Amino acid sequence: MNKKSKVVSYNKWGYIFLIPFVVIYLVFQMIPLVSTIYNSLFEYYRSGLTQIGPNFVGFENYATIITNGDLPTYFKNTMIMWVLGFVPQIVLSLLLGAWFTDPSLKLKCQTFFKTVIYLPNLIMASAFSMLFFTLFADSGPINSMLMQIGVFHEAYKFMSNVWSVRTLVATMNCLMWFGNTTILLMAGMMGIDPSLFEAAQVDGATATQIFYKITLPLLKPILIFVMITSLIGGLQMFDVPQILTNGSGDPMRSSMTLIMYLNKHLFSKNYGLAGALSVFMFIITGILSLIVFKFTGKEDKDGR
Amino acid sequence: MKRKIVSLLAIATMTATMFAGCGGSDTASTDSAAPAEGGEATETTEETVAELPEDTGKVFNIYCWNEEFKSRLTDHYADYTEVDATHGKIGDVDVVWNITPSTDNAYQNNLDEALLAQESASADDKIDLFLVEADYALKYVDTDFAMPLSDLGITDADLADQYKYTQDIVTDSNGKLKGASWQACSAGFIYNREAAKEILGTDDPDEVQAAVADWDKYNETAKKVADAGYTMCSVNDTFRVYSNNVSGKWVQDDKVVIDKNIEKWIDDSKALVDAKAEDTDDLWGDDWAKGKTPAGKVFCYFGPAWFFNFCLDADQDGTIANQGGWGYCVGPQSYYWGGTWLCAATGTDNANLVKDIILTMTTDKAVLKEIAQKDADCVNSKTVLKELASDESGNLDLLGGQNPYPQLAEGAEKVDLSNISAYDQGCNEELQKAMKNYFLGKATKDEALDMFKKAVVEKYPNLTAE
Repeated sequence: MNKKSKVVSYNKWGYIFLIPFVVIYLVFQMIPLVSTIYNSLFEYYRSGLTQIGPNFVGFENYATIITNGDLPTYFKNTMIMWVLGFVPQIVLSLLLGAWFTDPSLKLKCQTFFKTVIYLPNLIMASAFSMLFFTLFADSGPINSMLMQIGVFHEAYKFMSNVWSVRTLVATMNCLMWFGNTTILLMAGMMGIDPSLFEAAQVDGATATQIFYKITLPLLKPILIFVMITSLIGGLQMFDVPQILTNGSGDPMRSSMTLIMYLNKHLFSKNYGLAGALSVFMFIITGILSLIVFKFTGKEDKDGR
Repeated sequence: MKRKIVSLLAIATMTATMFAGCGGSDTASTDSAAPAEGGEATETTEETVAELPEDTGKVFNIYCWNEEFKSRLTDHYADYTEVDATHGKIGDVDVVWNITPSTDNAYQNNLDEALLAQESASADDKIDLFLVEADYALKYVDTDFAMPLSDLGITDADLADQYKYTQDIVTDSNGKLKGASWQACSAGFIYNREAAKEILGTDDPDEVQAAVADWDKYNETAKKVADAGYTMCSVNDTFRVYSNNVSGKWVQDDKVVIDKNIEKWIDDSKALVDAKAEDTDDLWGDDWAKGKTPAGKVFCYFGPAWFFNFCLDADQDGTIANQGGWGYCVGPQSYYWGGTWLCAATGTDNANLVKDIILTMTTDKAVLKEIAQKDADCVNSKTVLKELASDESGNLDLLGGQNPYPQLAEGAEKVDLSNISAYDQGCNEELQKAMKNYFLGKATKDEALDMFKKAVVEKYPNLTAE
């Protein structure tokens, strides 16, 4: 009897320690999620200082978003900019991670370099974006440099060409996040049993072979994690292109991301349409994450 | 595997909710925002001077978007003493400046929330005075949140010396006046004297005016300017000149209408950008501002009087203004730009002080003359402008000693504001943004116009644009 009650009281503590998470999750995540879905069914916005609605309109907001054809365009823009940034980022991170964890290289000042590559992430995205905006302005330093060495005869309008804007956004995202990814991958690489590397070396494997045959396969769980978090972060891309293009997504909205589009609806506090858009994004995020997970997680059982 | 999918879903849910979470929560304010609609016609507006309750507020809240009015009040309102950057004192009342920049609509968003909460706000948090700009004045004036000046005991006689257009902007749909300005912002053509001598052979305001007297002459001059290696200005500089001279409102029967003069702006500007006579820089940006120095090779800016001391950086070495190198003339068409209006917030607990500030800052001729001379503002008083135009006290150093007041006063009489609407700001901004793509050859005119319409409907879901 006595013994049994002791077990129960331990269980109780488990639940008590869970309370902070559950409360915060409910207040800041679950309630907004539900209210977003709820709001998406209403006509609900502000015109000047006059509140319109909420009037129940069923799925009209969803129909509007599907029929005006904007969603696929902005989704495409977002994904293009994400891929442009993510591919160099993961390559760079794998390379740096492999170098940092390779004991045979004996890199000096490792802590210093690890700190330095992480630093861009500490700058606010908007400040970083402002910096690039000034650097690549028509009369900015990059243009005057390029003109002085004779690459261009007149200022190249970086902000008015589709691919230059997208590349700038991708570059910034890559610079900001490669440090973070490197640290994650390094953690994964250091978790691999060193005896595997030694065994491979004894068997006469080259550094390239070791990287492709041992490091990469064993790194898969971490890679999946990096991929999914980056994908979700990429879908939410907002501050960098917003500041760089002054909210316009110029030229012709070719650098407008989904969240920038969402932000457009917040000018009129259009909770109905913005809510419907958010629900679409929720679904897209879910589907994409599942695909990544399915696709990369196949051999997971053997891996562990 | 299953557990992983569940946990993955949980992660996706949590992350997704981060951006999905901005909904709901201010249903409480639903009804308080109805615009003023009739009903108060029984109230006598003139003759009876309203009895104001005694001031009970200890804190006087002013909402504005930059330091301009603060420096005017500091310099010209005798009882005001500055405490620190955002606080001051008038007698024993604490003045609190709530300054939110206009960028990205932040000022209006902030003011909207504060006004909607005005009724329930504690005495110290109630807004007493707020400032608005012409582009969106109607949004606030045409509601009960702004007090009619007659309720403050300010009579038409007090305001008789002001220009009529400055009152039209802040008159609501029932004909009640709800604000006042110390500025009359008629605007004109500010040109670079050095460049004018080089290209037109003269820097005399009358002769330069002859070269830009209408849009055809302006376009011709612009081509000469381009041949000489200068740019005229940005297409965004000329926009207001065209948009002020439209024949109808932006929005008619909840439908967006593109006026003929706006079409003319689009076509003229495209031709000039293609000829490299104008550029497409956004106002206030670094590229746009380069013309403030001789090296920028910009022929002109379009601007009103506040542009002189607020935007030309006269106190910085090496600028054209510092060397007195600008000239001023009326330009192709008369127009106005901006200006700041003072509005009393309904529910103020310092009505007498609000009244006194509005009267002193916008009608006291001595104060207005001081403002004109110290800050080069074009003030809202026919008498003062006439005085300044007639003698040398209106001469400005940054214009090389030219007296711009005859042109400014003439312009202020001509400004016609029958075609403003509450949607002007959004429509103007979005049109300029969209057209930039057309000017730079990134889209056809129709594509750019479609994008403009799309953006306007996003901003104002109650409008249609087809």
